[in-house]
Order: sequence, then structure tokens, then C-alpha cells
Amino acid sequence: MRIDRPALAAALAPGALLALVGVALAGLVAATLEPAERAAVSALLAPRAALLLLGWLVLAIALGVQARRAYAIWIAGPARLAEAAQALLAADAKLAIELPVASCGAGARALAEVAQRLARQREALSRDVDARVREAARGIEQERSRLGALMAELTQSVVVCNLDGRILLYNNRARLQFRALSDAPALADGAELIGLGRSVYAVFDRRLIAHALESIQQRMRNGAAHPSAQFVTSTRSGQLLRVQMAPVCEPPVAPQPTGALSGFVLMLHNITLEFEQDSAQDRLLLALTEGTRASLGNLQAAVDMLELPDLQAPMRERFLSVVRDEVGSMTTRVRSLAAATSEGLKTRWPLEEMLGADLVRAALRAIEALPNGRAAASEVDEGLWLRVDSFALIQALVSLAARLIDEFAVKRVQLRLRRDGTRAHLDLIWPGTALSTETAMSWESGPITVGQEATPLTVRDVVERHGGEFWFQRERTRHEAYFRFLLPLAAPQQPLDAAATRHGDSRPEYYDFDLFRTGAPARELDDRHLLGLTYTVFDTETTGLDPSQGDEIVQIGAVRIVNGKLLRQESFEQLVDPGRSIPDAAIRIHGITPAMVAGRPRLEQVLPAFHAFAADTVLVGHNAAFDLRFLQMKQALGGVRFDQPLLDTLLLSAVVHPHQTSHELEAIAGRLGISLLGRHTALGDAIVTAEVFLRLVPLLAEQGIRTLGEARAAAEKTWYARLNY
Amino acid sequence: MTYKVLIADDEPNIVVSLEFLMKREGHDVSVARDGQQALADIARLRPDLVLLDVMMPVRSGIEVLQAVRADEALAGTKILMLSAKGRETDIAKGMALGADAYMTKPFSTRELAARVRALLTGGAA
Repeated sequence: MRIDRPALAAALAPGALLALVGVALAGLVAATLEPAERAAVSALLAPRAALLLLGWLVLAIALGVQARRAYAIWIAGPARLAEAAQALLAADAKLAIELPVASCGAGARALAEVAQRLARQREALSRDVDARVREAARGIEQERSRLGALMAELTQSVVVCNLDGRILLYNNRARLQFRALSDAPALADGAELIGLGRSVYAVFDRRLIAHALESIQQRMRNGAAHPSAQFVTSTRSGQLLRVQMAPVCEPPVAPQPTGALSGFVLMLHNITLEFEQDSAQDRLLLALTEGTRASLGNLQAAVDMLELPDLQAPMRERFLSVVRDEVGSMTTRVRSLAAATSEGLKTRWPLEEMLGADLVRAALRAIEALPNGRAAASEVDEGLWLRVDSFALIQALVSLAARLIDEFAVKRVQLRLRRDGTRAHLDLIWPGTALSTETAMSWESGPITVGQEATPLTVRDVVERHGGEFWFQRERTRHEAYFRFLLPLAAPQQPLDAAATRHGDSRPEYYDFDLFRTGAPARELDDRHLLGLTYTVFDTETTGLDPSQGDEIVQIGAVRIVNGKLLRQESFEQLVDPGRSIPDAAIRIHGITPAMVAGRPRLEQVLPAFHAFAADTVLVGHNAAFDLRFLQMKQALGGVRFDQPLLDTLLLSAVVHPHQTSHELEAIAGRLGISLLGRHTALGDAIVTAEVFLRLVPLLAEQGIRTLGEARAAAEKTWYARLNY
Repeated sequence: MTYKVLIADDEPNIVVSLEFLMKREGHDVSVARDGQQALADIARLRPDLVLLDVMMPVRSGIEVLQAVRADEALAGTKILMLSAKGRETDIAKGMALGADAYMTKPFSTRELAARVRALLTGGAA
């Protein structure tokens, strides 16, 4: 048991004081007495000394107990109270600390009560503030993910950039569009052009953007309500883009009515195809007018000559042959023009691309919903894509079916969809041939009626909208009749759309609004904070350990880290044909067999793509020296150079945990609580390495290692230290 | 008076009429089938007037026009451009580059003959 020295002192003090006073009094009294009197007093007291001592002891104990209690109440209690109150002050507001009032006096107790109440009040306030902050944050997060979702689903390409031109939001459509624009090796999948934190100037001329921004700012200064700029540009890969630019402003600060410009939104529209179509039309038109002018010129001149009265027969025949010739060539020209335009004739009505089978199903449902409506699919080409105004077309089909049922007691109709060359036949079939051609024609030109309501459209209008045709036909042998719609086919679905769902399982994070704030002037890389840098975390799988002995890369995988976030969807993964056998030992590690790499690109094709993907970033790898040695031995093949700064998670781990014996990726991941999924694929390992790196950064910061330069220096020191082992 | 007229056009169907017309007007007529030959003939024959088609193979009528106007030795050569290009801008370009007249196809041969006459006798075209 600990001895409470001050309390002991307080308890002993009264006895000591009493003894001191008694001895002093006795001394004083003795000094005033004669020797005889002194002897008499001592003779009187000596036999009673035990009694006196007992009296002192009793008194000392009684006073000591009182003194100890007073000490506890007036000194020790308030001191403990003060300490506890101090702890309360310093502690997290949510921790409920009970003040030790039990051994305090009434005054201190009242004081403690007040302090406790204040603490509770503070606690309640803090909880309230926390709740509000959480709610606000949840609101912001919701808004963000709603915005993200909205952007992801948009069919228009949207890219948001900060004023440095760094991309901080893009949607899937933009990703696909950039991929189509990429003139870099196709392997990088466009990810070398579009990515959070990447520069939009890889695609657009910096001066063009600056000019557009300038004109927006000019419009803002002039007080335009919705300042925006539009330009058309051809990209480095020769595609034609129409770009609309709108400003992104900070929230306004009074007295300014609008906030400062902090970035811009680009909406992209690839007009290459449209432009080509329009140009083709223009060329046709020009060829027609100029060709016709020339022919007419020749005709006119020849006819003028023919009118001359003194024309000799041979010359006359000559001019007549010119006339015949020119009439013939004009006829040919008009014919070929008609043929060319009838295919390319664009209907102005916006048509959507739709799987024909879906249209048939929707139409069948609508017909089934009619009173007495019974419908079935006859023969449907499941692979057919149509360009249709599906709403109007289904209305037309339903109204025709309704009239058949009502006016001709048709029990059951069928829909048939077939390809016919470059067009599709959509037939509404019914048994019996009672309907007359005249009735059919009147239905075609009469208004479409749905239920009791007549629409302003006729079947003919709908057909014209599609640049199609419509007719009525009987098949007497099968004892049935049908209405046939001739409809345009959609171009085969572009890979652009097919690929749209590639990342569709989880909605990817294509935005990072924190990048709005990174407008700080670019400092030397080594001085920049580790979290503010952009990284390419990579890994390779190889046929063996020694590139100088002929070992080769069989797979490269990489992910990006931007602003301290791991961007899994901005990844690079490519199998490489090593051009040699893969030893069994290596296959056991990574499972990549010769069959898997057969027909894959060679390293000299893959390296430029990976180089483009990793441009302007810091490379990170685990035991990166190994992978880098492979890359650097082969980089000349691909005509590129990997000279970016490099960080090695193996060395950084040794910096953070110098006393650990293992710095294998598994061991580090285990220590840092990272689950190991998909290991020993290059991308899987790159992702684990990236997670390890992100956990190492705060641990490095605890040791005062915050910038890239500091991290590199520390890693280097560790490396030498490890060499010494 | 007999003038030397060069017809520069690659289309035989117009050349036959122009040639007949110019000969009928009493001129000394020669024909060039492309721009290159036209330039050579202009240098060699020194025609008083060239009926110059704009769209010709090898070298276009516009190139021929520019070459002639750049050569001071050929300063007196009158040039009448004939073209199926009828846009304002085409005409403006031809005139700006120094054509004496510009006629778009189709044209009336009577008007053409009148213009040629006017140009050769120094009147307004």
C-alpha cells in the first residue's frame, strides 16, 4: 500500500505540536522554579509520567484524526478535484468523467457540481455539433454521389477541370470518347488520356482552352447570365470535336455578385461522322450543280450553234452529237445522285436506336392491353437494331390493330420483324383478307387514334418520320393479310456502346472535387507532400528473376493514386508475349501459361502504352528495383525512357518498421491489416502495393517524413543499411 | 482584223462550239486541253485573248491566270474565264486575280461573242 505522505504528515502534526508545546511549557516553568521546587515537581510528576504520556497520546490521536480529516477535505480533496477538472477540460468532450466529490467539503462540492454541469453541457453541445456535422457531411456525400451517378448516366461526354486543366470529373461516355480519340497505343485503353488529375491538354491545345476561358471571362465581366463558349477542334488523332465550355465558379462572396472562376466544364460531341456525312452531301450537291452547269453550258453553246442558218451538215451533226452526249451524261449524273442520296437521306426527326425485338415486345404488350386484344410474335429477327421513333410507331401499330379488332372482328394479330437488305420489314399480320385496299389507304392517311383520343399524327406521318414506306398486302394462299412498315436499320452497335458497361458492376468514382483546390504553383517534385502527388503503382510478372539472363516480362499491371485516393478503375493490365518459354516454376507463381500470352502484343508494343499511362507520375512498386530493371533493360525497344522518381514500398516499410524481419508484400499487408485478394496477377499485386503505400504514408509522417524528397532520402538510407546486413 | 484566240478547256463538247464560234468571228483559233499546255501555248503563240476554263487537269485555270498575270511580257493578254463554278466567291476570286471577264456556264454564245469582241477592241467587257 502506498503511503500518503502529506496525509501522514497532517495526521502526525498535531501530536508533534502538542509535544513541542508541552516540552516548551515544561522548560519555561522549570526555569522559573528553585531547585528545591523543581525536585518537588519532578518527584510529583515522575511517578505519573505514564499518565501524562497517555494523556498526550490520546489528545494527539484525537487531534491527528481531525487534522487528517481536515487535510483530506480542504487540501487533498480540492487538489484531486482540480486535477480531475483539468482532465475533464483536456479530455474528449464525449468522455463522461465523474468528479471525485465524496471527500470534499460542501463548498468544493457545490463548485464541483457546477463544473460537472458545465462539462455535461459541453458534452451535449459537442454531440449536437457532431451530429450536425455528420448530417451535413452525409448530405454532401449524397449530393456528390447523386452528381456522380447523374454524370455517369449522361449520354453526353462531360469533363470538369480546374484552372490548371487537371481533370477532376469525367463520365463514362467521356472515357469512351477519349479512348476513341487516343492516338497512343490502343493498349492503354484511353486511360493515358483521361484520368483524375490528368491534364486535359493532352487532348486539347492549351491555347484553345485559354482562348475559350478568356472569352467566358469577358462575358462574365459583361454580366452575361450564362457565359459559355463553344469551339470546334480537330484532335491529334484527326477527330472533329464540338466542345461547349461552361465556367465553374466559387460561391460568391459579398459584395461580388459572382464568385471567382475556379474551373470549367467541357461537354464534348464528336462530330467527325456528322461532318463527314454533311461534307459528303455538300460534295454531292456541288458535283450536281457544277456538273449540271457545265453540261448546260455545253448544251447551250451547241444549241446556239445549231440555230445558225448557214450551218453545214457535218458541223450540224457534230453539234447534235454534243447535245445527245450531254443529255446522256446529265441523266447518268441525276441517276447516280438519286441513288447516293436515297441511302444517305437523313430524316430530320430524331430517331433512337432500339433492338427490334424490344420494340416488338413493347408493341405486343400495348396491343394485348386493348379490349379483346390478342397478339403474338410471329417471326422476329432477334439481332436486328432499328432506328425508330418507338413511341409513335407503337401508337401507329396499336391504332391499326384496334381498328382491325373493332371494325373487322379480327381475333388475333401477329407481329413479324425481318431484315430486308439495308432495311427492316415490320409486319402487322391478321387472318382473313376482308379488308379492301381503299380502306387500308384511308387508314394510312387517317389520324392515329389511341383509345378515344385522336392524335394529330397519321400513319403516313410516322412512316415519313422514318424515311420509310408503308403498304397493305394480301397473301391469299395463306389466307392472311398484313400491313408492312419499311423501317431504317441502325448501324451495327458501335464498340463504344458495347464497352460502356465494362466498368458497370460498381459505379466507378470518376470525380475528385478536392482537385479544385490544387491550384498551387507546381513546386519541385521533391518538395511536394506525398499525399498531393500522383502515382502509378505497378507490378510485373516475369519468366524469371534475371533479365540479363534472358528473362522477360509476361504481364504488366498498374493503378493510379491521385490526391491520396486509389483509383481502381483507372488501371492498366496487359499480358505480354515474352517470345520465349515460361518455366514451370514461374507458372506456379503467377499462373500465366504460354497459351495465355500467345498472340498478345510484344513488350516493345506494350512499353509505349504503359509509358503513356505512367506519364507525369511518380512510380511506386514493391521491390521496385526488380521491376524497374526489367523495364529499363527493355525500354530502348519501345523507344521510351522511364526516368520518373521511384518509391519502393519494401524500403519504406523498412523505414517505418525497422525492427521487423520480413518486408515481403504479404507480411507488410498483414501488419497493416490489408486483405490479399488477387495476388500474383500484376494488377492484383499493384493494388495491394498501392494500399500498402497509402497506409505507409501517415506512418512516415509520424517520423517527420512528409515530402517525396524526404521519403526518397529515408528509403535510400535504409537501403544502404540493409546492404550492410 | 484577225485576232489570235486560245481556247483552254478540257471538255471537247464545249471546245467544239467555242472553236466554231471564234472561227466564225474571224479569229485565228488554237486549242489547249489542259493548264500546262495552255501556259506553253500562251508563251509560244502570244494570243490576244484566252478563253480560260477554271477547272482543268494538270494546272487549273486559276493557276494559269496567275502565271500569265505574273509575266510582264504577257501583259496585254486578255483573259476571259469560263466556269461551272458560279458562286460569288469564285467570280470575285477570278476577277481579283486579274481576269478581264468571268462568265459562268451556261452562257449564251451571243453574249460571249459580244464580250470577246469588246475585249479585243479595247471596249468595256
